[in-house]
Amino acid sequence: MKTLVWVEHDHQSVKDATLSTVTAAAKLGEVHLLVAGKGMSAVAEAAAQIAGVGKVHVADDAAYEHFLAENVAPLVVQLMDSHDAVLFPATTTGKNVAPRVAAALDVMQISDILSVEGADTFTRPIYAGNAIATVQTSDKKLVITVRGTAFDKAAATGGSGTVEAVAAAGDKGLSTFVGSEIAASERPELTSAKIIVSGGRALGSQEQFHALIDPLADKLGAAVGASRAAVDAGYAPNDYQVGQTGKIVAPMVYVAVGISGAIQHLAGMKDSKTIVAINKDEDAPIFQVADIGLVGDLFTLVPELTEKL
Amino acid sequence: MKVLVPVKRVLDYNVKPRVKADGTGVDLANVKMSMNPFDEIAIEEAVRLKEKGAATEIVVVTIGVAKAETDVLLTARAMGADRGILIQTDEEVEPLAVAKLLAKVAEEEQPGLIILGKQAIDDDSNQTGQMLAALLGWAQGTFASKVEIAGDRVHVTREIDGGLETVDLKMPAIVTTDLRLNEPRYATLPNIMKAKTKPVAKKTVADYGVDVTPRLKTLKVVEPSKRQAGIKVGSVDELVEKLKGMGVA
Repeated sequence: MKTLVWVEHDHQSVKDATLSTVTAAAKLGEVHLLVAGKGMSAVAEAAAQIAGVGKVHVADDAAYEHFLAENVAPLVVQLMDSHDAVLFPATTTGKNVAPRVAAALDVMQISDILSVEGADTFTRPIYAGNAIATVQTSDKKLVITVRGTAFDKAAATGGSGTVEAVAAAGDKGLSTFVGSEIAASERPELTSAKIIVSGGRALGSQEQFHALIDPLADKLGAAVGASRAAVDAGYAPNDYQVGQTGKIVAPMVYVAVGISGAIQHLAGMKDSKTIVAINKDEDAPIFQVADIGLVGDLFTLVPELTEKL
Repeated sequence: MKVLVPVKRVLDYNVKPRVKADGTGVDLANVKMSMNPFDEIAIEEAVRLKEKGAATEIVVVTIGVAKAETDVLLTARAMGADRGILIQTDEEVEPLAVAKLLAKVAEEEQPGLIILGKQAIDDDSNQTGQMLAALLGWAQGTFASKVEIAGDRVHVTREIDGGLETVDLKMPAIVTTDLRLNEPRYATLPNIMKAKTKPVAKKTVADYGVDVTPRLKTLKVVEPSKRQAGIKVGSVDELVEKLKGMGVA
């Protein structure tokens, strides 16, 4: 089977989500990549070095600069003449573009796969991760999104893919990019961080969130996450949200501070290797999944922990 | 401008799903079903557009069992939708087939905007809106946290990894809602009574001539592996020791 993998990048470097997707694609067959964007030479070069990669298709055009689904999907559809499967990381870009590709090809997409069980069989989570379904597709072409945390990352170097330019399919004129607000952060990226410190509603305010969570995260070299309650209350920005509707993470250590552990939150973090919970309510559901629990007032415990690390 | 809002009846989000012992699926017998939370946000947005004078009529459509009429179409009308369409079927319909049915409804109704939830909390697919946009050849504004109509364009602020992005879309267009788009209103009792007088057109899948044969076959559904029971530590010192033992800090 010839697979095509969408390369997730920020116009400078290849994102880790791509590497996990390559691992999933390699289980199906030959791996080709698609690099789309504007000014793509550096990204294309980096992509070609990913271990196990064959051809790297590069579509360098202003129409792809902001990954608008209306422009990108036809490009992917065009490449599907010569590929049997296309895999996207289940990032916001992947989730936006992949179903548009699937419908254009008249196939059902398989979302957020956790494993490859065979050439047409995959597992995926349903009901906020409370159940795992094994599904078999009867479609000729496969369109798949891949949960990054479920697959090891392919080595970023050691490969020798051949770079090939793809003719741009042009701007469809349906949509234009207006602007973006990207939160600047010195910390590791949430979805690929080894350690995550996450805060919940119990922090009480944005000031306290930063005063307590940030120093602990910095001490651990961790990324900062948040529950929906903390985000809705304005303590932390939206893109910090971990859960069914936010980001799915599976770090080595997840420290949940003042998070009760609603099923929608657990959906985003219960595959973490070790879960540490600090909460004053000893009956909080978070303790049912926590490997290490500490019951007490976070306003005294967290500063003490930060101090002693 | 007419706004079309597709909604789905799902297991209530507060109910913990139970996997059936025979591995065929999740047990939905005698459990509370409600409107998918993201779809409530979609209805709310449509109602707000109408209140601002940007929308003239709100049509709500659902595909599913007969009970969907009372479980979700009534709620939607009580929140402010003008009329409903029930496409009745007892079979499970996949996102691709849902999108095909909705594309037919869109051809009939000619809405200026279709607002959907970004995902249903049962199958967690996050596909239908994008697929519908593809089938209609329309622009899509997914994961919306802000929607502004400007003439024949719509500005959609989208929640993306790392922050927010704003796109300008040619209408007619598709918008899918994220959690922070709005806070849906409650359907009050008088409005629920009033909603009963608003019309619902009853259709079947066959009326639209769409092949809804599933492309995916569910071989089995299992519970995720359980986590080992953890321990509780008595002090910060003990926690620090554990963390150090794991090579953290």
